[in-house]
Amino acid sequence: MRLHKHKTFKTGGIHPHDNKLSSQVAITPLPLPKMVTIPIIQHIGAPAKIVVNRGDMIKTGQIIATHEGFVSSNIHASVSGRVGVIEEVMDSTGFKHMAINIRVKGDDWEESIDRSDTLIEEIKLTPKEIVSRIMEAGVVGMGGAAFPSHVKLSVPEGKHVDHLLINGVECEPYLTADHRVMLEKPKEIIVGIKILMKALGVQKAIIGIEDNKADAIEIFQQLLKNEKHIGVEALEVQYPQGGEKQLIQALLNREVPSGGLPADVGVIVHNVGTTYAVYEAVQKNKPLIERVVTVTGKSVKQPSNFLVRIGTPVIDLLIAAGGVPEDTGKIVSGGPMMGKAIADLDVPVAKGTSGILLIPKDEASRSEVYNCVHCGKCIEACPMGLEPYRLLIMSKKGNSKRAKEEHILDCIECGSCSFVCPSNRPILDYIRLGKTQLKKQKSV
Amino acid sequence: MNEVILYTVLSLTGLGILAAAIIHLVSKKFAVQEDERIDKVEEVLPATNCGGCGQPGCRAFAKAVVEAGTLEELHCPVGGNAVMKQVAAILGIEAVERDPYIAVVRCSGSFEYRKKTNIYDGESSCKIAATLYSGDTGCAYGCLGMGDCVEVCDFEAMYMDEKTGLPVIIEDKCTACNACVKECPKDILELWPKGKKNKRIYVACLNEEKGSSARKECAVACSGCAKCFESCRYDAITINNSLAAIDPEKCTLCLECVETCDVRNIITANIPDEKIKHATEHRIRLEERARKKKEEEKMAAQAGQQQNGDATTQA
Amino acid sequence: MSEGLLTVSPSPHIHTDLTVPQIMRGVIIAMIPALLFSVYNFGLGAVYVTLLAILFCVVIEYAIARYLLKRPASIYDGSAIITGMLLAFNVPSNLPWHIILIGSAVAIGIGKMSFGGLGNNPFNPALVGRVFLLLSFPVEMTSWPTAGATWSLDGVTGATPLGILKDGLRAGDSVPDIMNQMPSYTDFFFGLQGGSLGEMSAFAILLGLMYMLYRKIITWHIPVSMLATILLMTGIFWLLDPTRFANPLFHLLTGGIMLGAVFMATDYVTSPFTHRGMLVFGVGIGVLTVVIRLFGSYPEGVSFAILIMNAFVPLINSYTKQPRYGSKSQRHKAYQEKLEKEVKATP
Repeated sequence: MRLHKHKTFKTGGIHPHDNKLSSQVAITPLPLPKMVTIPIIQHIGAPAKIVVNRGDMIKTGQIIATHEGFVSSNIHASVSGRVGVIEEVMDSTGFKHMAINIRVKGDDWEESIDRSDTLIEEIKLTPKEIVSRIMEAGVVGMGGAAFPSHVKLSVPEGKHVDHLLINGVECEPYLTADHRVMLEKPKEIIVGIKILMKALGVQKAIIGIEDNKADAIEIFQQLLKNEKHIGVEALEVQYPQGGEKQLIQALLNREVPSGGLPADVGVIVHNVGTTYAVYEAVQKNKPLIERVVTVTGKSVKQPSNFLVRIGTPVIDLLIAAGGVPEDTGKIVSGGPMMGKAIADLDVPVAKGTSGILLIPKDEASRSEVYNCVHCGKCIEACPMGLEPYRLLIMSKKGNSKRAKEEHILDCIECGSCSFVCPSNRPILDYIRLGKTQLKKQKSV
Repeated sequence: MNEVILYTVLSLTGLGILAAAIIHLVSKKFAVQEDERIDKVEEVLPATNCGGCGQPGCRAFAKAVVEAGTLEELHCPVGGNAVMKQVAAILGIEAVERDPYIAVVRCSGSFEYRKKTNIYDGESSCKIAATLYSGDTGCAYGCLGMGDCVEVCDFEAMYMDEKTGLPVIIEDKCTACNACVKECPKDILELWPKGKKNKRIYVACLNEEKGSSARKECAVACSGCAKCFESCRYDAITINNSLAAIDPEKCTLCLECVETCDVRNIITANIPDEKIKHATEHRIRLEERARKKKEEEKMAAQAGQQQNGDATTQA
Repeated sequence: MSEGLLTVSPSPHIHTDLTVPQIMRGVIIAMIPALLFSVYNFGLGAVYVTLLAILFCVVIEYAIARYLLKRPASIYDGSAIITGMLLAFNVPSNLPWHIILIGSAVAIGIGKMSFGGLGNNPFNPALVGRVFLLLSFPVEMTSWPTAGATWSLDGVTGATPLGILKDGLRAGDSVPDIMNQMPSYTDFFFGLQGGSLGEMSAFAILLGLMYMLYRKIITWHIPVSMLATILLMTGIFWLLDPTRFANPLFHLLTGGIMLGAVFMATDYVTSPFTHRGMLVFGVGIGVLTVVIRLFGSYPEGVSFAILIMNAFVPLINSYTKQPRYGSKSQRHKAYQEKLEKEVKATP
């Protein structure tokens, strides 16, 4: 028993069983797939514009779709080969999007990419060059939301940023991708942090890691002994600590105002995976074409962490992890709390895919729904301090005006309310509906 | 004893009169002046408060009509032309006739034709499923089948067919109030002119994918093959994004297109099969004639060429 | 239905194990020690009354749901069983069956189902039934069999310690004199006293409380704030005049305070949402209980206090909302002010 309690966020929060089955399994590169399907929208913002044609021969790392507007991202070929059909395919969002199919031939990389393992510590580029290099490399937030990183680094004028927070929380149960990256690439991550600090011009960075990853905390404490400007902070395990707003509250006790950005309280948050991608983009000139994906689940034979090329079909990952178990009832892209269930095993891995979770049949369906017993557990659990049970009623009745007054748009869709509800009420389902309807009204 | 009774009666009577006087004065002072025609109009309206006219209720509609003084932009779809005539008579203005409408289901992907590709297990609501993903079948355009439309129907004019998984509209009860159209997240339901003698035809598919992939998802999907488009002599059929659509304004109900569709996805209502058969025969005859004419022309052209050729050789 | 197809549903994909049936089962388990004690004390009568109350409650709920409301029977969630048990816990163990039936009908019919069933009732159903019986059948409801004396159904009846106290005070006796006739505090604690079925033993009820806290079915807020308030208030009055007011320990261990604090006031449906609200609720019940006990005409006031505070729950809820994230960001305000100053300072 520790006497001293670590920091954590204060509003709400839940404690699901963390089930980190694959935390001690080293990252292994997945063999090259036969073909990849790369959706042109894997990020928040406008879809990228396709710049290749069917039949083109392309190299690994070559741009195949360019960003359209500022809030968008470049897409690179993750393999070398011939461009196949360009058509709408089902991706992990559950909707069809345009995607570029590439038939793999060899593994022929662009010459400008440095593929060696040598650590380059010296940062030569100016802040502006760093941001444009990150933009060119198509780096997006790799924690799940996939927000283009260069947008985050371009702090709006009039806002002063004094802290860079590095999100090594990985609060989603089961997922271990970030954990493994922290264990295996800590030096690169530290260089990445320095790059981000230079780009933002901040003097202070803190890495937040939940205390169920003691080994990662220890490594960073060792490496950062002589660093004055970068700190590492152990955090009490609590979901959803990896939420940007929650992490800011946990580490700095600041609260982002409703509808505001972290920059409003002087903070920028980046995920450790993103930080590693930034290191590779800036120091090695390597675009974001592969990422670490956890393949896990109670019934999975070998829960693993794979280094996967973007666009690889999910089925390849499952086969590498020992095949799809007989009793699989649901496959989730992402973690169990916020991930999306996928219907199709050919869905490609995208930049934001942090894990593939297999759920057995008997746990795949929801249980019987009872009346609301007014236990207040959803209110106690909501990390945004909302009243989820009321938002459900308002959305169900279509009263979006009232729901907006009750700050339905503040909801981060973490799922804590639905998780704790003893009556199994579909609280988040209806809150999401209410938000969608409000957004629709706005656009009309 | 008697005194007690007397005083009681007197004081109560006094109180009563006083209260009555106050109420009378207050009601005079704070009376809301309203056009009495509003009440009259409201009386003839169907009192369903369905909102189909675009107003929040029948009273609001009556108010709007009286204020506007014209029926150009106001129409009660539930009451229809008969009620609007009465309204016009009350207000002494001209009635505006409108074609009656009815809601139609523009999806024919029943369980049989459209196989499930996954099992949806969220809250049973089309709206919620639509925010989650494209649906539990391959078709991203089709009916989700959880009956949100039936829920909102105030007139019990819809039900879900358990065999097909699609909503069915009961023609006599549908008032074209638009509630289901607004509710459907996939825009499957549409208001369609009811047609002369309730006869109408429409394409029951919204799948905009290319033919081959559309048919993979649903055996009766419109593949955009354009056979119906070619058969139409009135330009009433258009093909956009591999999807045929019939313009009810231009359609003459000649029915010649109906059987060109190899999956019979041009839906007819209240039209006997014989008529369709006749129309098809008529179309085939026309086509035959056209083909023959073409052939003859071709022959004639060839013959002409040959003659010309002969002539030149002779010359 | 379809084999081999994957299930798709909105997130989250995992769910807590603590669902309604689990919670209800947990509460029933927590009530078992108290039930065992009353069986030990009152013999078969306790079993008889408890079983009857459960049976009536379940049957009535089933009948109302099926035939009056025409919807699927809601008895499987176990809440009717709890209502029945709680009702039984609140009545003497020699109550005739027809009174139990009336109590169950009022508890389930008026207290719960008339509002729409589980989750919609503003008042604790078991207490509604209990108070109805107390007002309608004052004699039957206040002739308690003496503890430990009976293993037969027609035992000797006697008053509760609180009743003895109230009657004594009315007769003009001083508290220390009355206390001499009472059993010891150890007897109170372990339940060797007269009273309703389940309220006998503070010890058994505390066991139940421990279990519910361990299973995280309830939090400490309501019981602790309620008991602390009672302790504090009765303590103050006792210090002011020990001849007129009994000591706080006596108050805590007698009557239905323990039962009320642990099982009645903590009912999810009729208690506030947030921890802050629960504290207010507990304090309110404590104050009302003490006021009724010390100055009212009834010897016991827990049931009334809880019912009265039930009515205040919506009000408490609207005043004790969880602070919204970002709403109280003093830090943020201070930061912005500092920032503005900095901006002004820079030319």
